[in-house]
Amino acid sequence: MQSQAEVKIGDQEVKHAQQSEFVSFTVAGQAFCLKITQIREIRRWSPVTILPHAPVDVLGVMNLRGAVIPIYDLSARFGLQQTEASERNVVIVVAVAGKPVGLLAESVSEIISINPEDIQDTPQVDSRHTMEYIQGIISHDDTMVRIINLDAVISVPEQGLS
Amino acid sequence: MKTKVLAIDDSRTIRNLLAATLEEAGFDYHCAVDGREGVDMYSDVAPDVVITDINMPNLDGFGVIEELRGNGINSKVPILVLTTESAPEMKARARDAGATGWITKPFDDQSLIFALKRVTGAAA
Amino acid sequence: MSGSIQDTFFEECEELLEAMDEGLTAVEGGDHDPEVVNAIFRAVHSIKGGAGAFGLDELVAFAHKFETVFDEVRSNKLQLDPKLIQLLLRSSDHLSDLVSVARDGGSTDEEHHGVLIAGLEEYIGEEEEDLTFEPMGLGGPSMPLPIADESEKTYQIRFHPLKEMFGTGNEPFFLFQALSELGPLKVELDESELPGFDSMAMDESYLAWNMTLTTTEPKSSVEAIFEFVEGLCELEISSDKDGEEEAAALAALNAAFGSPGDSTEPETPAPFDSPAPAEAAPVTSPEPTEKVEAAKPESNKSEQRGPKPTLRVDLERVDRLINAVGELIINHSMLAQQIANLDVADLRDVETELEGFKNLARDIQEGVMSIRAQPVKPLFQRMARIVREASSATQKSAKLVTEGENTEVDKTVIERLSDPLTHILRNAVDHGVEKPEAREEAGKNRVGNIRLSASHRSGSVCIEIRDDGAGVNRPRVKQIAIEKGLIPENAELTDSEIDNLLFLPGFSTAKEVSNLSGRGVGMDVVKNAVSALGGRINISSTPGKGSTFTIILPLTLAVMDGMVVSVADQTMVVPITSIIETMRGSDEMINSLGADGTLLSIRGNFVPICDVAGALGLRKPDGDQPPGVYLLVETETGQRSALAVDDIHDQRQVVIKSLDGVCGNIPGVAAATILGDGKIAMILDPESIIAASPNSATFDTERRMSNAIAS
Repeated sequence: MQSQAEVKIGDQEVKHAQQSEFVSFTVAGQAFCLKITQIREIRRWSPVTILPHAPVDVLGVMNLRGAVIPIYDLSARFGLQQTEASERNVVIVVAVAGKPVGLLAESVSEIISINPEDIQDTPQVDSRHTMEYIQGIISHDDTMVRIINLDAVISVPEQGLS
Repeated sequence: MKTKVLAIDDSRTIRNLLAATLEEAGFDYHCAVDGREGVDMYSDVAPDVVITDINMPNLDGFGVIEELRGNGINSKVPILVLTTESAPEMKARARDAGATGWITKPFDDQSLIFALKRVTGAAA
Repeated sequence: MSGSIQDTFFEECEELLEAMDEGLTAVEGGDHDPEVVNAIFRAVHSIKGGAGAFGLDELVAFAHKFETVFDEVRSNKLQLDPKLIQLLLRSSDHLSDLVSVARDGGSTDEEHHGVLIAGLEEYIGEEEEDLTFEPMGLGGPSMPLPIADESEKTYQIRFHPLKEMFGTGNEPFFLFQALSELGPLKVELDESELPGFDSMAMDESYLAWNMTLTTTEPKSSVEAIFEFVEGLCELEISSDKDGEEEAAALAALNAAFGSPGDSTEPETPAPFDSPAPAEAAPVTSPEPTEKVEAAKPESNKSEQRGPKPTLRVDLERVDRLINAVGELIINHSMLAQQIANLDVADLRDVETELEGFKNLARDIQEGVMSIRAQPVKPLFQRMARIVREASSATQKSAKLVTEGENTEVDKTVIERLSDPLTHILRNAVDHGVEKPEAREEAGKNRVGNIRLSASHRSGSVCIEIRDDGAGVNRPRVKQIAIEKGLIPENAELTDSEIDNLLFLPGFSTAKEVSNLSGRGVGMDVVKNAVSALGGRINISSTPGKGSTFTIILPLTLAVMDGMVVSVADQTMVVPITSIIETMRGSDEMINSLGADGTLLSIRGNFVPICDVAGALGLRKPDGDQPPGVYLLVETETGQRSALAVDDIHDQRQVVIKSLDGVCGNIPGVAAATILGDGKIAMILDPESIIAASPNSATFDTERRMSNAIAS
């Protein structure tokens, strides 16, 4: 967990500085989020080039300013139903091990500030498959938002480095 | 004035070793990659002492000594030969050609400086 | 000792080993030019010299033996006969191993080491051994000293230079100065021998010095100072304590350098150059630092002089540049496409400019790619060693002849060719070249000849490995293929098809032959390695005459000519090099065969159809294929196939984008590219598409077919 050392200072502004900003988005109707610093850019979905023989959660590859980057369907990745990608969907570009990777989400919701101490451990309720990819949860506006463990979602072997 | 050394050796390793030791000890270090270049550089560099390898392409160490000592250049500067052979033959031959002394490879910093001291008086 | 100097040493070793190999190869080829032999000697000598500096004793010891033998050759005491050449070649390989071990750690085969040492020693005469004795008195204070006897001694030194000394550049004053560093020194000039001016010879030495040195240093340290003038002077050193020892030491000294005498004629008249009287005045222990003058800033530091001005550039920078140029080319095609889509009446000017842009981009690209291009020479030189090792392991005799060593190929290609070439060459020795006796019986030279050549051939690089061995044993190969279930028992194959069976996965004859050609590694690995480079490999063989492997590689790894096609609504690219012919199909050209096999008839020939979409899993293979477009391709095994695609668009140069690190290996896909519209397209690998196709038993199918026709 990425929580910082807690400093007890009453000053409101200092407390604000300790907070991290997360981008929340929905995947198969559920709320997820990623730290804003993990995100390189967010793009509107456009059809990708299919990779033959690819698993269901690999949608294909996309041209990102001359680089060929793989696009994953987060929903399928989490063991939920496959996303029927359309113009309304977004691709969240993140960097894993220095390489850009695109993640398909239904839509981006908002940017939320989270105080590290508000992050709770993942309760043992979610499906086993999803749990591996979640590093914690927070409550935001009475909804549970799952914090994605990026390294687990896109593990290095997945990169197929040869 | 720093003592100026012209080192002639076709081995980059040896040149680097010489450079490291001599520059560290405060000598003004110049080098040539073979005998021909060494002789050609001689008048430009005008060294106080020459250190030369024996086995080199384009003029070997003996050739270097002969040319430097010969009538054309008529150099009197001390010339030390670098040799892996401790054979007296090799030394005698170098000396006949006009070498001042020799440094046996592998050399350490001290023996190199000691040899220079004996022929130039300089420790740097 | 500084690590970076040691790095330089190993770097230099690589170059020296290369030079040595090159020289030995020339010697093996019959070139016994003294300069060639000298160059080898120097290379070994330099390795030894550098190794000594880093205390790499094993390397020094071996290099010394090796060098000693070469010195004998150099001085014509030894004849370069085939046996010696073989020993030298093997020694050079071993030397290279020793360098690797010194650099990377590990160990070498001790038995092999011993055998080579013994082999080399056979050539080293007895008297050579005696020549390496430890020099006496060398070193001075830095050398390990006999247990220092701390007590102060007073030495009486008499030094009388002979005239010969002055021709060597030795200067008495400097010797005195060095002596004075050992302790308080008193110097007195003895001019008693000086004759009258009239009888003074210009080149004679008349002066002598008597010195008194008080020091705790042993006598050997004092003697060390006079090392360079031993034999060039009359020297007497006596101490108040060790009178007897001294006499013995001096006797040994004189014995080593010959008694000083006047009989030898000076070869060059040495000018009278004795120190001025002022210098000869008593010097009383100057401080050692006295002569060290303040260092003045020197502008002319060591000049960088090298044989060829080259620039060392980080490979990563070059690769970044290559990528950027790739982008430029993609950018150009995107621009061109967008301009073409514009609704403008007259585009001629723009198009002309655009053409110029394109040509410039290509020029830059070629320039950048040429930075990565390197001659295959070092690679080929390493291969000579492979052949030697393989020959010795199989008790065969074979030599490698290389051609076109200066052919330049992309650096990555060179790196990745090493393994396939090694494998092919080992195979050539192991399976191709016959035993010397068998060769003789067949009327061939006892020594097998393997030719490795490189050449540029219309935008490709061609590497050929040709041996003059027995050729592929076709009945045997076929038998093995049948035993391993690779082909049906009744398969009727052409000679070429049989030869190409060697490349099938699972076909490895290594098991029953020897342990040389690899542990179960077959030629299919070679083929895969070549395919991974975008190349093709082919074999042709003539029984009794030998086999030839031909590897065709693209010149660059960055760009290729491709045919843009559509497959199941996706745009894809097929390498032009693999396409023989394209044609639009019609119903009557398609013939069903069996349940799901389909054949295309082309001018009376039938070739199996491979549905690309089906092979890639993009569409269920259905029996009722729409008659689309067919690309007739030929695989490395020489078999033809018709790749069925939906449509053909155009032919263009595409920039290859590796999918490494993007996704794992995809069967049927070689790489990707970015098209003019910014979309990514897969670059297909026809070879693996055919393998992945449901009709993969094309071999079989085609055969059955011909049989059907024949009957």
